[in-house]
Formats: sequence, C-alpha cells, structure tokens
Amino acid sequence: MDLASIYRAEYGRCVATLARFLGDINLAEEAVQDAFTTALQKWQTPPPNPGAWIVTTARNRAVDRLRRESTREARHAQALLLHQQDEPQEVGPVKDDQLRLIFTCCHPALAPDARTALTLRLLGGLEVPEIARAYLVQEATVAQRIVRAKKKIRDAGIPYRVPAEHELPDRLPPVLTVLYLMFNEGYTSTAGPLIRTDLCTEAIRLARELAALMPDEPEVLGLLALLLLTEARRPARLDPAGQLVLLADQDRSLWNRTLIAEGHDLVRRCLRRNRPGPYQIQAAISAVHTDGAASDWAQVLALYDQLLALAPTPIVALNRAVAVAEVHGPAAALAALADVDLPGYHRLPATRAELLARLGRHAAARAAYDQAVALATNETERAFLQTRRAELTGTTGA
Amino acid sequence: MKQYLLSVHFVEGAPAPSDEEMQTMFRETDRINDELQAAGAWVFAGGLTAPDSATVVRIENGTTTLSDGPFAETKEHIAGFWVIKCADLDQALAWAEKCAAACGPVEVRPFDELSQA
Repeated sequence: MDLASIYRAEYGRCVATLARFLGDINLAEEAVQDAFTTALQKWQTPPPNPGAWIVTTARNRAVDRLRRESTREARHAQALLLHQQDEPQEVGPVKDDQLRLIFTCCHPALAPDARTALTLRLLGGLEVPEIARAYLVQEATVAQRIVRAKKKIRDAGIPYRVPAEHELPDRLPPVLTVLYLMFNEGYTSTAGPLIRTDLCTEAIRLARELAALMPDEPEVLGLLALLLLTEARRPARLDPAGQLVLLADQDRSLWNRTLIAEGHDLVRRCLRRNRPGPYQIQAAISAVHTDGAASDWAQVLALYDQLLALAPTPIVALNRAVAVAEVHGPAAALAALADVDLPGYHRLPATRAELLARLGRHAAARAAYDQAVALATNETERAFLQTRRAELTGTTGA
Repeated sequence: MKQYLLSVHFVEGAPAPSDEEMQTMFRETDRINDELQAAGAWVFAGGLTAPDSATVVRIENGTTTLSDGPFAETKEHIAGFWVIKCADLDQALAWAEKCAAACGPVEVRPFDELSQA
C-alpha cells in the first residue's frame, strides 16, 4: 500500500482520535500532518498498523509542541495528554472518535455548505482544492468556510459527542444528507466529467463506517444500500463514446454484482426492522431496478407513492412521474407533473420532453428539450439532451 | 463551563402581542428562570425598555457627544436576554429552545474566551 492511499484511508480516523486527546481540531490536524511528513521520511515500507503508528507519532509531536508553548491552554492540554495512563502506548484510531467527529462536522448550528466541506476535509482527508473542484466554488471560499466552521466549533462549544438516542432523529439527518450530497456530486457532477469516482468512493467509505458504527439505525443502512446499488450501475452509465445511457437501455451485464448483492442484503435487513424512512425506500426502489432482467415498474410506483407520502418534495414527485409513465402511460405522467415546480432544474423539462415525445407531440417536446439544454450544467448531460432532441427532427406532429 | 448570551429580539412594525399573550410570555419566562436557577445554569437575565429610550455616548475629537436613540439604525432591537452557563452549545441550544417557545426567535452567542475565566 502506498502512502497516498494510507493517507486517504487513515487521515480522518487519526484526526478524529487526536481531536479527542487534544480537544482542538486545528491542533489535531497539524499533529497528524506532521506525523505523515515524518512517515514520508522514515518509512521504507509501511508498518503493519499504519494508523496506530500515525496516532502515536502525532500524539508525541503534540506533547512536544505543547511543552514548547507556555500558554495556560497549552499546559492544560499537555496535562490531559500525559494523564491517560490507562491508554496503551501504541494506540490505534478509535472508531467512536470518528463518529463523534462526523456529528461535530454535521452539527445543525453549522451552515450546510460548511458541513459538507468540513466532513470532506476532516473525515475524508480531501484537500481544499479538491473540495473546491467538487462543488464548483473558489478555493478561497472553501478555505474560508472550513476556517469559519472550525472557529465556530471552538468558540461556540459545539461538543465532540454522539448525540443521545432521543436526539438522533434531529441530529442524524444532516449527517446522512452530507454523505448523500457527496455521493450525488460524484455520481452526476455539476460540471466537468459526468462522474467523479473519488467522491463516490469516499461517500461510500464514510457511509460504510457510519453503518458499522450504528448498525441499528435503519436509515443509515438504507443510505448505504442506496449508494451501493447506485454505484453498482455506474459501469453501464456511459457508452464507449462517453454518451449517457438511460437505465432501461443499460447493459445489465456490466453492473457490479457484488455491490448489488450487498445492497439487496442491506435492503432486506431494513425491511425486517420495519421502520421505513426516505433513504430505505429509495434503496428499495434501486433494489427493484437491479433485481432480475427488467425493472418491475408497478412495484417501483408503489414505492414512490410511499416515498411521496413520507417526503413530499418536488424531486420525489418528478421521479415518481417517470414510474407513472411506465405503468399508466405518458399522458398520466404529464398530468402528475402539472403542479411540479423545480426552478432551474433541467431534469423537469427533460422529463416533460420525453413524455411529450412519446405522445407524438414533437413541437412541444422540442421546446421542452430546449429549456432542459439551457438549464443543464454538465456537458455530458447537455449532449445527451441535444441528441434526444435531434432524433425528433424530421418527424411530424405538433 | 461556557457562558452564552441568549437574546430575544423585537421587530419594529411587527404586530404587538395582546395583553393575554404578554401575560403568558411573562409567566413562561418566570418559569424558565426558575428552571435555569434550579439547574445551576442561571447567571443573569432581564428585559429592556423600548429602543427609543436608548442613548449613545460617543467621543469624537476629544468631545463627548450624546445622541438620542439606539446605536444601530435597524428595525430589529434586543428586547431582553439571558446570560447562562453550561457545558456546551447543545445544552445552550436546549435552553434556547425553551426560551424561543416563550418569547420568539432567540439568538445564541458564546462569550469570548477572556470572559469565560
């Protein structure tokens, strides 16, 4: 294993552990970075437990540093570090520390943008330029968001802890949202290449960690299942020419069977709990799509009805309309979309265009494709919509 | 322990609460104050008179000038506040939730490090 992949895998865990020792995120980050610099100089081959090596080195570095500094805070932190006699010398990263840090990064008192940036930085080990590229914002903006968020955590006293059971219904959703957003931005990037594998992989890694840490929370399992089942279809999403391929036209033999099996297994575990939530239902929909040779649309529609009742958002209404079209035809789907309002989102006119085209209303379909093309920000998606529009030209109908 | 300011705001032009609503507000506030004291989180609290009773004192070029009215020309003014002490933001937010139920939106703001000693 090379140092870069060790860094990616261990950075978040090590920072989380050091943050508990030190009670300070900045200090924790500096200590871990110092330790990785030392590793770069010292390691011929990585030690058997690189995470533990980094934590021990970082902790020693932090103690040295605090000894040199003479503020009251530094002395206090040093005392804390030196008085943990019950800890063995070679300390590996503790999983609970990571969970604590996820909840700190996703605290509802932080701005949503800051939550994602901080999670990617502290737990995913992504660098500021990488986060900026993922979210199409200036590096300076991301850096500022992270600095502000860390300052607020310290100044406002946002605690490093996993919320108590009765607080979880309020505190878990922002954590799940961050991982979901991270994955989606990777799966359908706002601009640049359509898919950013690194973000998808990172979101799945963190979702796996969360599921391992909270195996009794069905929505956590639901989110992991949803991400795995979506990721499983990725290899079939683009044709050899780099063009987008719709679900119905995808070569199912390219789908990742291992991920599908794992996702299905998680969905079954969720079903047994019988505490459905939005992520579990979306995972169940993905499970239906990836089960057998073709999607069972009646079942998909029934699940969307359930999802719409639970989370009546315009996005859910839009996705449900696609299922309505398959079960009850394009006219019924158009009617279902009549009241849906999603300003600026290209998929609404794109879906309308498909339905109009199926009804033979080509002029209206062309106009809807034009709207969708104007709104789409990703080049691959725009090219796809233009191709669909071009296929209409030459046919008649109004 | 950290100290937090929990402030309640008054918005000019917003419909004034009825007498009955005011009575409920006072009763609820008293109850929260008792609860804060019992929990050992109470430091200080108080309601303020209307912003037009404020005076700003300035020293410009060595001369002290007084001006009638509040410092900031806004429609929103602090109407009252609590100063509480608790272990972390989550506890402060839990108190703020009770205060907000009684008095409307509450801003939670930590005191700086020098004031925490």
